[in-house]
Amino acid sequence: MIQSDRIVRTVCPYCGVGCKIDLHVKDRRVYRVTAPFAAPPNFGKLCVKGRFGHDFLWHPDRLTTPLIRREGTLQPAPWDEALDLVAARLSAIKAESGPDAIALLCSAKCTNEENYLMQKLARQVIGTHNIDHCARL
Amino acid sequence: MTGLVQAFGSGAMTNSIADIPQARAILAIGTNTTEQHPVLSLQIKKAVRQHGAQLIVADPRRIELADFATLYLRVRPGTNPALLNGLAHVILAENLHDQAFIEARTENFDAWRAIVDKYPPERVSRITGVPADDIIRAARLYAENKPAAIFYAMGITQHVDGHQNVLTVANLALLTGNPGVPGGGVNPLRGQNNVQGSCDVGGLPNVYPGYQRVNDEAVRAKFAAFHGVEQPPPRPGLTLSEMLPAAKRGDVRAMLIMGENPVMSDPNSAHVRECLAALSFLVVQDIFLNETAEYADVVLPAAAYAEKDGTFTNTERRVQRVRQAFAPPGDARPDWQITRDLARRMGAPGWDYADPASILAEIAALTPIYGGITFDRLDGDGLQWPCPDAAHPGTPILHTMAFPRGRGLFSPVQHQPPPELPDDEYPFILTTGRVLQHWHTRTMTGRVGGLEFLAPDERVEVHTQDAARLGIADGDWIRVTSRRGSVTARARVFNRPQRGVIFMTFHYAEALANELTLNVFDPVSKIPELKVCAVRVERVPAPEGVSLES
Ligand code: SF4
Repeated sequence: MIQSDRIVRTVCPYCGVGCKIDLHVKDRRVYRVTAPFAAPPNFGKLCVKGRFGHDFLWHPDRLTTPLIRREGTLQPAPWDEALDLVAARLSAIKAESGPDAIALLCSAKCTNEENYLMQKLARQVIGTHNIDHCARL
Repeated sequence: MTGLVQAFGSGAMTNSIADIPQARAILAIGTNTTEQHPVLSLQIKKAVRQHGAQLIVADPRRIELADFATLYLRVRPGTNPALLNGLAHVILAENLHDQAFIEARTENFDAWRAIVDKYPPERVSRITGVPADDIIRAARLYAENKPAAIFYAMGITQHVDGHQNVLTVANLALLTGNPGVPGGGVNPLRGQNNVQGSCDVGGLPNVYPGYQRVNDEAVRAKFAAFHGVEQPPPRPGLTLSEMLPAAKRGDVRAMLIMGENPVMSDPNSAHVRECLAALSFLVVQDIFLNETAEYADVVLPAAAYAEKDGTFTNTERRVQRVRQAFAPPGDARPDWQITRDLARRMGAPGWDYADPASILAEIAALTPIYGGITFDRLDGDGLQWPCPDAAHPGTPILHTMAFPRGRGLFSPVQHQPPPELPDDEYPFILTTGRVLQHWHTRTMTGRVGGLEFLAPDERVEVHTQDAARLGIADGDWIRVTSRRGSVTARARVFNRPQRGVIFMTFHYAEALANELTLNVFDPVSKIPELKVCAVRVERVPAPEGVSLES
């Protein structure tokens, strides 16, 4: 049996119950998932997704590099080029059509800090309240 | 969650998962808890089996939770407000309401009562399909056993009248004095793992972080001072369901989409595709190349939950630490870094966050309900908001002394028939939902071998008698057609769905229920009608290359 070399306590990525999970980790793999018995909200229990649903983390389909569409197809590009392009296009569209011509979607799968920054980007940097996510679904 | 905001002044789950076993009665309505919130459903089962709680389950499908129920109500899709009005009617008629609570802590009781008086059990039975005796029994079980908790999920909210649905749930709790006590309350179960948190920190078009309204002058002044720029005009921005048509019209020209896949999760996929295709510029940040990214000009590779630090907030308002287990693959980066670096490039001052802890500190400074929440306080159990300052222990139960809006508001609600009802051409009702093994659009679970093995493809649930009439056997291929589109999938024939109603998920790209559903929205909450639309069902030959045994 493979021995993990550390245990990292975090939160299940699936449903709103937000079970605490202990990931038993070695390199970039999760070998086992347990849950702490003495802690809310799940007191040691997990469902099939929280217990076994982590293999997608190292799936070969994971995106590993920015992609820019060139002549109709998405092609790998360095971060600096991708971010410069996004900043330039958003700034240009804001200048031409106003801030409300831009809309942002944040995510119920991302952290509070990430969602906070996204709405701050919308309201402070772009200047629009056009920010929503799929919470309604 | 606009309904609860109207009734109480706060839209979140009122109680804690840990206090569920203290309930003497539980009403679970429009929540397939064992599949959607499995570990929470264990608490409901514990309340029933170990503590003798009375469980009432109301759902169009005979879901697993019904096996644990004292009483199961097979309610016609789209008729929950009538059912809940009917329960309230019986409670009033039999004098089971909590007069002291109503007088001390609520308002608008008389106006509401005038509407509820029009919903005697016989009428409600005709609308809902639930026998009148069962309506009376359910009302007694809920009102006579205290404390009583209500749980609901998208079976309540995902309707054109979802906002009204939620009001009828809140009315029932107010009538019986159940808010603010352990084992009681009104508990909307949030779907995705950080829906609660993304709303809390302002990921909504009408509120800044902490539900501070964009049209409140004091709030605007505070954020103008903090942001150092003039704020956008004091009217709400576009919701997702408004963004898409605006994109098609050309009013919205660019979109930035972080970790969402609207092509799969939104009603009427063909419409979504058209809208996205009309954009001049689309950026998608995600961990996989999802269906939405097909329309992107730039795709940015994001880190997954195990590859970053931060916080998530669960359905019971508990803010918990997310910890990095290992680095993201290749050049992928956490979304907070991507957004930070983009803002800097757009010339924004002060975006020098070194880590998520410093972002949470800023959230706390601007968001009263998160005021006392910092990384170093989250090493143990986490903290339930409201947690206004560094000494505050968090709030397991809301509304114990008062409601944020002062008094709880009774809101009269009338039954509205669903916008699309079955007819000769489309004689079935289609409702949609999830299965246990998969998650939403399967971006993650579709790439976990064991979960795909357990639930590899779409199975359309058809009642045995309907199937017999249409010559459909279990495992046969069928075509489901609505006014908007048509999909082919295999049938699962059994008695869980009710007659005349078929059930599909929105997990599978090959047979996407959202090709069929309506894009009609609740006027207040802007939630789409995903639960009810009219369809036709017919048996078709198996597609080429699919073996019949598989
Ligand atoms: S383990 Fe299951 S019940 Fe717990 S959060 Fe994950 S998906 Fe939800």
